[in-house]
Amino acid sequence: MNIIVCVKQVIDPEAPPASFQIDSASNKAEMKGAPPVIDPYGEYAVEAALKIKDANGGKITAITMGIKLLREVVKKPLSMGADELVLLEDESYDGADSHSTAYALAMATKKVADYNLILCGREASDTNAGQTGSGIAEILGLPCVTLARKIDINNGTARVEKVTADGYEVVEVTLPAVITVSNEIGEPRYPTIKGIMAAKKIDPVVWKPSDIGVESNQVGNAGRKTAVNKLFQPVHEGKCEMAEGDSPEEAGANLAMKIREAKIL
Amino acid sequence: MADYKGIAVFCEVKEGKLAPISTEGLGIGKKLAGDSGQELCAIVVGSGVAEATKEAIAYGADKAYVVDDELLKTYRTDSYVAVMKKVIDQITPQVLILGQNDIGRDLAPSLAFKLGTTATLDCVELAIDPDSKRLLQTKPIYGGNALAVYTSNTDPQIVTIRTKAMTPLAPDASRQGEIVNIDAGIDASAIRTKVVDTVVEEVAGIKLEDAEVVVAGGRGMGSAEAFAQLEELAKLLKGAVGASRPPCDNGWLPDTVQIGLTGKIIAPELYIAVAISGSSQHLSGCSGSKNIIAINKDPEANIFRQARYGVVGDWKKVLPAFTAKIKELLAS
Ligand SMILES: Cc1cc2nc3c(=O)[nH]c(=O)nc-3n(C[C@H](O)[C@H](O)[C@H](O)COP(=O)(O)OP(=O)(O)OC[C@H]3O[C@@H](n4cnc5c(N)ncnc54)[C@H](O)[C@@H]3O)c2cc1C
Ligand SMILES: Nc1ncnc2c1ncn2[C@@H]1O[C@H](COP(=O)(O)O)[C@@H](O)[C@H]1O
Repeated sequence: MNIIVCVKQVIDPEAPPASFQIDSASNKAEMKGAPPVIDPYGEYAVEAALKIKDANGGKITAITMGIKLLREVVKKPLSMGADELVLLEDESYDGADSHSTAYALAMATKKVADYNLILCGREASDTNAGQTGSGIAEILGLPCVTLARKIDINNGTARVEKVTADGYEVVEVTLPAVITVSNEIGEPRYPTIKGIMAAKKIDPVVWKPSDIGVESNQVGNAGRKTAVNKLFQPVHEGKCEMAEGDSPEEAGANLAMKIREAKIL
Repeated sequence: MADYKGIAVFCEVKEGKLAPISTEGLGIGKKLAGDSGQELCAIVVGSGVAEATKEAIAYGADKAYVVDDELLKTYRTDSYVAVMKKVIDQITPQVLILGQNDIGRDLAPSLAFKLGTTATLDCVELAIDPDSKRLLQTKPIYGGNALAVYTSNTDPQIVTIRTKAMTPLAPDASRQGEIVNIDAGIDASAIRTKVVDTVVEEVAGIKLEDAEVVVAGGRGMGSAEAFAQLEELAKLLKGAVGASRPPCDNGWLPDTVQIGLTGKIIAPELYIAVAISGSSQHLSGCSGSKNIIAINKDPEANIFRQARYGVVGDWKKVLPAFTAKIKELLAS
């Protein structure tokens, strides 16, 4: 089983919302004081790949597209147990939308060539787009199953439990296929010391657009099919009235009184 | 190039009825159609959809394209993409609206890539730009920390809408509309996935989506047992119990009660958040609530930025007293 996992570098989505800022000149967002991380759903996809590798053996190749990729961040899949890392790192990949992202990643998977399964997160924490997996599948002509909570591989077939609003569906698909992964797959494992040491020794491969057989105007900002007209932070009035009291119990009772007085009850 | 015009809404049929999200889609679709002087059409896809088609017209569609086929009973990516591609190629709408739910979030991106156009998922606002006449697609990104307004360079401009973000019209059963049947023409052998089982995790009591009062707990509840106290309060208020993601991930509660960006989107009258920090992703699911009330031991917790009333304190002490007082007030 050879698995490709797509995982990106993002600003830390778990940093307190108060540290979120948009630089209006560049239309880029940052989390003040928090270093970037690998995108959580991409990390769940790495965990899914490792579970499959534990059960079936094989090789895991992680692919990350972006600019200013911090090696200590993007190497996390390696320290968790992935075998190889491909970086699509070049100025021309910057500013991609769902279309140009899926296109570049799909072309990169073609170059990796030897795979049975492509895994993505259900949605990246920055774009919340939820499209890359479906896009890659469509470009490559592969079937796609989204929102996996469990994946079992048997004889070239994946049996996928797919999250639904009121439970799950069990879906079977013949490989090769694309599967997107949800958090119900289980907490990503921590890197082990051994994994961290091994990751240190692995040099990521860097592919420019020409390496994956595309023109630089087909990727990143130049390859977009959508435009961002506006990016802004919603404002909250934020006037919470605190119920006080000499003890927490009294404060609790006062809270009940307050909502009664406000006729919410 | 085809001449794309009109607003189309993908209408989902659930147990023979039009899904609520589709009535919301028709509501905003009607507005966009009116603003741009175009026709609103419903695309009704499923098996046994006659009743839902009537509803789609009552909810505002000028015309309904109907694909009724036994093979469309269960949603599968390949069959729905194939059918929708066929319909879109025939009617060439400028805008296609779907719901951000199980079907829409799977179908919209696949269909968009298949058609060589774009999709924007989870829109909370849609409008026609008066100058360019393109669809302005407003969508929360960075987990809700920001809003982005996108436009697409290609047609059809495909979007999904967030649950409860748009308002349906009042249905009018006397409305008339043309109904056009389209043959599904599905090649069953081209469907590459097989649904072998469907598991529904029933939750007792009022459904989260329908509840007027929701009592939700977060990681700070600390255990599955602690949720019994939330159950008690919910029962008292005739509400339902929900959670942020960690209690579901920890197996304290079923995954189906997760509230937020990747869980349920709800808008009850009253939302009581206990030991929930109020991450942007969580608030995405409950910020439409009329009133948010929070109990959290951290005065800096982000939940207090959106709550109307709150208490800073340990829920183990605050909550029992709160519940007792509520009981007393309700009795008097
Ligand atoms: C793309 C993406 C999608 C996501 N989707 C969702 C989603 O749909 N829903 C969701 O909820 N999360 C979602 N998350 C996760 C989200 O970022 C947060 O991690 C999560 O919401 C935190 O849950 P919490 O508030 O329960 O936990 P925490 O942030 O750990 O907060 C626990 C709170 O409990 C308080 N507390 C602890 N003990 C007590 C006590 N004894 N008394 C009173 N207060 C106490 C603490 O002060 C703290 O504020 C998503 C994340 C990503 C990246
Ligand atoms: N730049 C990227 N590099 C690698 N993987 C990506 C990139 N963008 C998106 N992905 C993958 O696609 C998933 C969904 O992203 P999105 O469609 O942007 O929500 C992510 O969780 C990743 O697995």
